[in-house]
Amino acid sequence: MSARDKILAKLRAAPAQPLASPDASITTHYASLPRTAKDKLAQEFAEKITAWHAEVHTVPRSQWVDKARTIVADKGIATLLYAPATAHGKELAASGIAGLKAYDQPIEAWKQEMFDGIDAAITGTRGAIAETGTMILWPDADEPRLMSLVPPIHIALVDADAILPTLYDAITTQGWSKGLPTNALLVTGPSKTADIQQTLAYGAHGPKELIVLLLTGEAQ
Amino acid sequence: MQRNLPAGPRPKDVYFFATCLVDLFCPEAGMDAIQLLEREGITVHFPENQTCCGQPAYTSGYADEARAVAKAQLDLFPENWPVVVPSGSCAGMMRHHYPKLFAEDPMLKAKAENLAERVFELSEFLLKVLNVKWKDSGKPTKVTLHTSCSARREMGTHLHARELLAQLDGVEVLQQSHESECCGFGGTFSVRQPAISGAMASDKADALKETGADAFLSADGGCLMNINGTLEKRRDSFRGQHLASFLWERTGGSGGKNGKGEKA
Amino acid sequence: MTTQPMQFVPGSEFKRRAAEVVANPFLRKSFRGAMDFLIAKRAAQFPDPELLERQRTLAEEIRRYSLSRLPALLEQLEANLVKNGVKVHWAENPDEANAIILGICRQHDARLMVKGKSMVSEEVELNHAMDAAGIEALESDMGEYIVQLAGEKPSHIIMPAIHKTKQDIAKLFAEKVPGVSYTEDVDALIQVGRDVLRKKFMDADIGLSGVNFAVAETGSLCLVENEGNGRMCTTVPNVHIAITGIEKVVEKLEHVVPLYGLLTRSATGQAITTYFNVITGPRREGEKDGPREMHLVLVDNGRTQAYADEQLRQTLQCIRCGACMNHCPVYTRIGGHAYGTTYPGPIGEIISPHMMGLAATHVLPGASTLCGACGEVCPVKIPIPDLLIRLREEATHEAKPGHAPLVGQGAGKTTFASLAFKGFAFLYSRPALYRLFAWGATRFRFLTPSNQAGWTATRTPLKPAAKSLRDLLAERRIDERKSC
Repeated sequence: MSARDKILAKLRAAPAQPLASPDASITTHYASLPRTAKDKLAQEFAEKITAWHAEVHTVPRSQWVDKARTIVADKGIATLLYAPATAHGKELAASGIAGLKAYDQPIEAWKQEMFDGIDAAITGTRGAIAETGTMILWPDADEPRLMSLVPPIHIALVDADAILPTLYDAITTQGWSKGLPTNALLVTGPSKTADIQQTLAYGAHGPKELIVLLLTGEAQ
Repeated sequence: MQRNLPAGPRPKDVYFFATCLVDLFCPEAGMDAIQLLEREGITVHFPENQTCCGQPAYTSGYADEARAVAKAQLDLFPENWPVVVPSGSCAGMMRHHYPKLFAEDPMLKAKAENLAERVFELSEFLLKVLNVKWKDSGKPTKVTLHTSCSARREMGTHLHARELLAQLDGVEVLQQSHESECCGFGGTFSVRQPAISGAMASDKADALKETGADAFLSADGGCLMNINGTLEKRRDSFRGQHLASFLWERTGGSGGKNGKGEKA
Repeated sequence: MTTQPMQFVPGSEFKRRAAEVVANPFLRKSFRGAMDFLIAKRAAQFPDPELLERQRTLAEEIRRYSLSRLPALLEQLEANLVKNGVKVHWAENPDEANAIILGICRQHDARLMVKGKSMVSEEVELNHAMDAAGIEALESDMGEYIVQLAGEKPSHIIMPAIHKTKQDIAKLFAEKVPGVSYTEDVDALIQVGRDVLRKKFMDADIGLSGVNFAVAETGSLCLVENEGNGRMCTTVPNVHIAITGIEKVVEKLEHVVPLYGLLTRSATGQAITTYFNVITGPRREGEKDGPREMHLVLVDNGRTQAYADEQLRQTLQCIRCGACMNHCPVYTRIGGHAYGTTYPGPIGEIISPHMMGLAATHVLPGASTLCGACGEVCPVKIPIPDLLIRLREEATHEAKPGHAPLVGQGAGKTTFASLAFKGFAFLYSRPALYRLFAWGATRFRFLTPSNQAGWTATRTPLKPAAKSLRDLLAERRIDERKSC
């Protein structure tokens, strides 16, 4: 008998008492909680993620590239990693921002450069969660996983209309279970640790800075 | 701690389960508790055959031995009267653990459940069932309160004691740091792990003393012996008193009404 | 670099270690400060006790449901992981788990493994096994990195280096990390760890991680972390090996949400962690990063023993938040190392006997005053005090008829304790005998010994009153009769 069969046999031999699925309790629980009104979601998200040490810039959709350009200049970002096949990547490519570096080949080909030669990366998001100030990232072939992890600065685009009240809303309304990427990801602030005497320090292993561009309707 | 209180008029009779610690180590507290009840016009019945709730064996993992002792208590309270216990952890044992202890014997389980439903910790009974309203007759004093863990978590005693003390104008109740933390007694734990238990008792004694109170109060015999024994060993004059004795003294002793006398 | 394998802890050893820590005022103060901090942080996350109670009830329901379907969920998880391209392995014990991981390492000629935080890897002593095989297994969680550098074990499941001050760490880094000079600046110290470990992430052949929740329906592994080292370990190296206990599986992603919310709030008082990863397979066609190969090792190591008994099964509801240790007055006094187990504190006292057997751990269920603080804060409502009592019973008695004995059943039985409790039961179940005893104990109180074993180490002796309550009541009856 394999270890698998032995373990499963032991579990099956134990007294079993079928219990009802908790689905209904979960639905009822989340329905019972107070919800942030739709027009307050962006504000709540911005406040919460700011409290998590992110820098938030609210900017009209049509002007985000300019804002990105300003940030790149202000922060002295010499190399900015971007995803060329994405819609926002194309806008960036057309922007003429200096130091753009496309993530266009497998990591094996340029690992050293990724770790040592990139100042910042800019990615999109699949939305955000107001309750906790959290961004939803959905990395894929076009916008790979390491972009939001290795460079010291992560710039993320969050569409204000894609902000949901809670994680439960995100998972259910976005239908996560129907198709997950290799690494669905929630990001709430820059990388941090309190492992030394409970003292909070940022930039443990991932980005030291998180900059959120919160994209809103067109300016009047 | 939500529980159903006896419906109908205020009870005229109660049983008193003294607990082995009160019987042998702080009998005055038991006496004061009985008198507090009697002053409210209640006849207190003290079943002579009572011994111990069985907790020391139960918490040490000797369930059979605990059952033997508990079983000897089950038949002592035949009338449907409340059973008042002047020690929180013992009350918790009877109220929460007796039914579990006899889970496999339907007859005894039913008895244990019937008894459990009637068990009250003293301060809970005074406050919630008798609705006592007291006038303070003592000099202004400062006290701090230590509640045993099982009394706190199984019986909500800390809240009851606090409410009772709030009726006393001259008594200021001070809050110690780490109020909800255990004093380190834990029954046989105190002898099995003396270093840890001693450290906890010492920290608790410090916390209580640092409030600047004149004394600390507790409604649990085990905690009182543990903390007072620690203070005495240190040759510290700060002491704890059983809540029942303090309440009895502050509210004029037998001054108000005459007790009816306990019945065996 | 290696850490010593876990030693079995005889009762006397636990007592000695505990006494050592208790006698160290510096450590005492440092543990107290750390626990106060974590307790306050958690409390701030739960301002509404009624809501907390509802959340705990829901979390308990989810965990109980998951466990009730454990074998089926494990098979579903396996099938979906395989569909997602993950290789699934099963290990009954630490040796099997280590052999599986070593086998994968050898296939890839691996020389360096970077590790995200995994208590199960601590439990199976993976670092030791890797070291013996000549493979460097490097911890990358900052706290784990620190304790590994010091040649120690984690003393807390969430905050591994909680027993160390920044001065300790400053000294450690200056001694052990080439080119680093002494600094107590926490940011600078973290930067040291970051620099050292970034190189290692780049060079590592294998990334190892734990799992916080495994989702059967989607074949996903959820990872909860703040630092990003977990993401590094699961994304940068060519091979990702995840290791977890068999109890971590839940049915659906929706079931994770309430558990995750309680996990972070209970553990460190955070509403959410910086990162929450849902990993569903290795690198897919066309993707530019992520491991090309992914494995999951499902470890039993005594969990099936706990599962076999409906009461003890509740132990497996645990989501490893560590709140029970943060709130434990015993843990606060002695820290994690004194327990000598991977999982210290209350959860360790109830789970270690299944992992290591009662012969090695029978003293642990007794290392509690049963104050109930652990059960009160447990986010999945494990009745820890009841389980402690149950294990005390199993440790000191033969198995009940019809029950399979636990490993090490009855190992803590002593003639002295058995006789003492038999005597207790004999005396206290015989009212007449008890009355005689009480009569004697009060009359002959001067005979009370002044040395009462552990009790009098820090307290004055217990001495019966001169008159028992029965005596006082009898006297009162006589007085009343006289006055009539």
